[in-house]
Amino acid sequence: MPREGDQHARETAEAVARHSYGKLVAYLAAQTGDVARAEDALSEAFASALTDWPLHGAPQNPEGWLMAVAKRKIIDMVRRKKSSEKAAGHLRLLSEEMEAAAEASAEIPDDRLSLMFACAHPAIDPGIRAPLILQTLLGFDAATIASAFLVSPAAMGQRLSRAKHKIREAGIPFRIPDSSDLPERLDAVLESIYAAFAEGWSDSTGTESGRRNLAGEAIWLGRLVTALLPEAPEALGLLALMLHSEARRGARRNANGDYVPLAEQDPAAWDAQSIEEAEALLLRASGFGGLGRYQLEAAIQSAHAIRRLTGRSDWEAIRPHSTKRCQTSR
Amino acid sequence: MKYLLMVYGNEQAMTALSKETMEQAMAAYGAYTEAVKKAGIYLGSNRLRPTKSASTVRVAEGKTQVLDGPYAETKEQLGGYYMIDVPDLDAALSWAARCPGASHGSVEVRPIWEM
Repeated sequence: MPREGDQHARETAEAVARHSYGKLVAYLAAQTGDVARAEDALSEAFASALTDWPLHGAPQNPEGWLMAVAKRKIIDMVRRKKSSEKAAGHLRLLSEEMEAAAEASAEIPDDRLSLMFACAHPAIDPGIRAPLILQTLLGFDAATIASAFLVSPAAMGQRLSRAKHKIREAGIPFRIPDSSDLPERLDAVLESIYAAFAEGWSDSTGTESGRRNLAGEAIWLGRLVTALLPEAPEALGLLALMLHSEARRGARRNANGDYVPLAEQDPAAWDAQSIEEAEALLLRASGFGGLGRYQLEAAIQSAHAIRRLTGRSDWEAIRPHSTKRCQTSR
Repeated sequence: MKYLLMVYGNEQAMTALSKETMEQAMAAYGAYTEAVKKAGIYLGSNRLRPTKSASTVRVAEGKTQVLDGPYAETKEQLGGYYMIDVPDLDAALSWAARCPGASHGSVEVRPIWEM
């Protein structure tokens, strides 16, 4: 009997972790300006859930439960660390703000985009932005990220914690930039997502056990950005580009695992659903104006994908833009 | 949050400027200082005399050692600073970019460690 409850609690916790991890970290980080503390508090909250839920049953609103516990952990952490009067004032403000936000709506506000902008801030080393987004929004551990980015786990862990430290100490804000800065700053976010995608894309097997597929996670992040910024044409372009590439994953290798060039791939092995979604996104992007790199690259992919219907790539559409790029495209 | 904007520039190039250019530069700094004050974020600012007037002090085993010159010989030198109080790094960076020093040298932005 207890075993059953245990199982149920674990499953509930896993489901919340999968669906809400990034949202919970983003909210806590935006409230405190401290990513590392938000992550620590949340992992402690998950640990509490795994001991509490099997005994008392999983709560009605597991997200809210975890958030409440994580907040208490944060307040404890601050209290332990600082004792000056100023810190006490800060603490009271923090807990009041958090209470108010919690009472205002049962819904946890979605600060994930703000968190992405903080991770891809110009004051953060460009090389660590993608790993930072993968860790904070998706909960990847340093070792997994390190193996994808081909660096040692220790070095990756150190670089991640240095970046989080920088966010806190330098006062990097958690918010969506003003419209004047938005295009440039969004570019940095998209570039990080694409970097994560590229790491997953070059992973020849993509099936290594215990390792989540980065390409799939990058597509998930791309969907998140387009959901939160539905009128950003380059965000739509990037998602289209990733979906077009992903559509050919199954056709990229033959039965022996050897690489199959694009021209020799069987279009029947491409994922029609992904291609259709990519085409629709590209069309939507073109309606907003503001052509950029990702839409162009997605358009080149689209001209190749047409072979699925016509039997040949649309070279006429591709050539004037960039012959070189599509020869190397795979 | 409080930030120190440290203005670095090439001293030698600065001293070689014509009187006219120098006056323009000073006017630009004057206008910038005014803008910082008007925004209500000003905590303080100063221009420093050139590094050839600098002395560096170090105490080792109770003995004071004084050296002629700056702490480090660099191509660009610290020439002045502004201390401002703004909500976050983005605000500090945009004020740093408006500083005349950012156009002829560089401005390092450092958060103040509040005690």
